[in-house]
Amino acid sequence: MDGAEFLVKFLENKGVEHIFGYPGGSVIYLYDVMDRSPLKHILTRHEQGAVHAADGYARATGKMGVCIATSGPGATNLVTGLTNAYLDSVPLLAITGQVDCASIGSDSFQEADIIGITMPITKHNYLVKDIEDLPAVMEEAWHVAQTGRPGPVLIDIPKDLFKAEFDFTSLPKQIITRKTPRKNSLEEQLEKVINLLKEAKEPLILAGGGVISAKASAELKEFVNYTNIPVVTTLMGKGSISEEDAGIIGMVGMHGKPTANLALSSCDLLLAIGTRFSDRITGNPKEFLLGSTKIHVDIDPAELCKNIEADVPVVCDAKKFLRKVIDKLQEKKIKLDLGPWLTTISHWQEKYPLCYEAGPGLKPQQVIQEVSRKAGEEAIVVTDVGQHQMFTAQYYPIKSARKFLSSGGLGTMGFGLPAALGAALGNPEADVLLFTGDGSFQMNIQELATLALNNLPVKVFILNNECLGMVRQWQELFFEERYAQTLLNGNPDFVRLAEVYGIKGLRIVNPGELQTKVEEALQHRGPVIVECAVDPRENVFPIVPPGGKPNEMLGRWQGETHISRIS
Amino acid sequence: MRHTLAVLVENQPGVLSHVSGLFSRRGYNIESLVVSETEDHTVSRITLVVEGDEQVIEQVTKQLNKQVEVIKVNDITNEEIVERQLLLLKVSADPADRQEIMQIVDIFRCRIVDIGRRSLVVEATGDEKKIQAIIKSLRPFGIQELVCTGSVAMLRGQK
Ligand SMILES: Cc1ncc(C[n+]2csc(CCOP(=O)(O)OP(=O)(O)O)c2C)c(N)n1
Repeated sequence: MDGAEFLVKFLENKGVEHIFGYPGGSVIYLYDVMDRSPLKHILTRHEQGAVHAADGYARATGKMGVCIATSGPGATNLVTGLTNAYLDSVPLLAITGQVDCASIGSDSFQEADIIGITMPITKHNYLVKDIEDLPAVMEEAWHVAQTGRPGPVLIDIPKDLFKAEFDFTSLPKQIITRKTPRKNSLEEQLEKVINLLKEAKEPLILAGGGVISAKASAELKEFVNYTNIPVVTTLMGKGSISEEDAGIIGMVGMHGKPTANLALSSCDLLLAIGTRFSDRITGNPKEFLLGSTKIHVDIDPAELCKNIEADVPVVCDAKKFLRKVIDKLQEKKIKLDLGPWLTTISHWQEKYPLCYEAGPGLKPQQVIQEVSRKAGEEAIVVTDVGQHQMFTAQYYPIKSARKFLSSGGLGTMGFGLPAALGAALGNPEADVLLFTGDGSFQMNIQELATLALNNLPVKVFILNNECLGMVRQWQELFFEERYAQTLLNGNPDFVRLAEVYGIKGLRIVNPGELQTKVEEALQHRGPVIVECAVDPRENVFPIVPPGGKPNEMLGRWQGETHISRIS
Repeated sequence: MRHTLAVLVENQPGVLSHVSGLFSRRGYNIESLVVSETEDHTVSRITLVVEGDEQVIEQVTKQLNKQVEVIKVNDITNEEIVERQLLLLKVSADPADRQEIMQIVDIFRCRIVDIGRRSLVVEATGDEKKIQAIIKSLRPFGIQELVCTGSVAMLRGQK
């Protein structure tokens, strides 16, 4: 057996079905072998498309995403996608070809030191230099990408190793590194956690992406049902619990719901689970929630006390943590009385609802709401990056985990289209809805070919405001309305563009045609592109100006026509 | 404060770049770093001297622990340890000064390892404090060249 045959067999044995990639000199032979195997390879039109597609596939299914690129430019095209997956803790395996062992270091054709380049943006990476090491490296890479806090792992394989013959059966299955088992600090902290919960008058749960990674949604729901503690989520935690359940307030942060941010600012006990306290949530970390006690639970010890000093740091998986705490509360028959706190929250919800002004023209929020009303619960919602992303987070309630896919940590424009097609391949039954902007969409627009070729049921809603809306908004609010380089003149006609690719194209201009066109799009079986000509001046509110406190939001409050600070 | 960390890692290519890359990426200050194989040839030991407050050192330790090839991180700053650096120092030595320099070398229990016409090369081992003291004492004569290793450290045996 040679290296390529081993690799293909390895992936098959691990249950991999789809691989995203792009061939080239150093991986020709690998592709040759792979094409004769049951693995389904999706040829994207750019390596960035491949890595985002693998990422979307992983986010939507909870399985490993796998992508392949050739040496040099192929490998360097993965960089943004790897960083994106790293910051959002997505399990990915990226396999890159490398020049032959003997040529490494000589600047030979299409040689790039992808190990050096990706060291800070992968959970781990390997350069395989000896065919004998391949099995152990693959086994370990597979393990590392999925264990603990997941993340992308890159394996760089010199081209001669794909053809190198070796008797792989002679090697025991093994992992190369040994680590001292990590301490789980739940046992030591459990009593403190229980006591704090018992004493709390105004507790709040902040659920992050870790709840989804740990598959802890059922436990979170059970915990909330038992304690009645209200929940806010991060962008990454959206869908960790149904946003339509009672007591689920919604997203916090720079563009969070007013009540969510108010609750965050006033709680006396914050139970943060599977979140890293990003600056989009904390504002200035030195002034974040000085008056409240914080319990911070995360599987990655390095996240505890990194951005925010926690009173009770707990190194633990979200699922295990919640299970233990529920059992303990039940065993001790502890019940929380949160009446007044819940009343305050519903009072805020009445006074500060999320709202926008309906206008004569089409509003982006309106499109999102209409789609959310018409699409089924099983739909997977994907976003790109910008205003439309925040509108989707605000106005599209998500009912379960892995149904909202968005580039959180890196904020990568161009993530949406390839991620949506990856999600569609991973969930052939589900409708996939992509909300994108005219800017983001054009960053990986070449993947329309992949979408069309595979006839994937992705419904693309381009909220076309003819500008880089989010940046334009900052210019309006913080740069005295100087719109430097944010107007996108020269956009193509997206409907005709769709048709050129053989994709159904629709256009919505007036609010009056919204309903019928959305229905038409959703009923179409294959891919559809719906260009929505939305109000170019619409802004995302509320907004917590950068570095501010969560409750210092600017927005348009009930009945007001101007933007003001909440008070 | 200055902390000494003893880090056991897999003896594999790439380990050192993973560890040192971590420091530059996260903006930690390394004062010195020494790597060597240990009694077990599959394991290397990195002795790191890092400057930082408790919070920084805690982050450094946690981030090191996250590296796949790191087996164990020990902060041995407050332990009973033997710590040594090796110093080579070429000092100007006119005949008139030689006697005095030799006395200093004696007092610090260093060695003269090379004698030139106008200079002496002094070899010394010791902890950071001792090495600094030697350098300070020899400076007035004129230091022509100086090279020093980072610290290596080991826990003392149980008494
Ligand atoms: C790759 C990349 N480049 C630049 C940015 C900075 N950026 C953030 S949002 C944004 C505008 C996005 O425009 P569009 O996709 O049209 O969405 P809109 O905000 O108009 O809804 C830009 C340029 C980014 N996030 N990602």
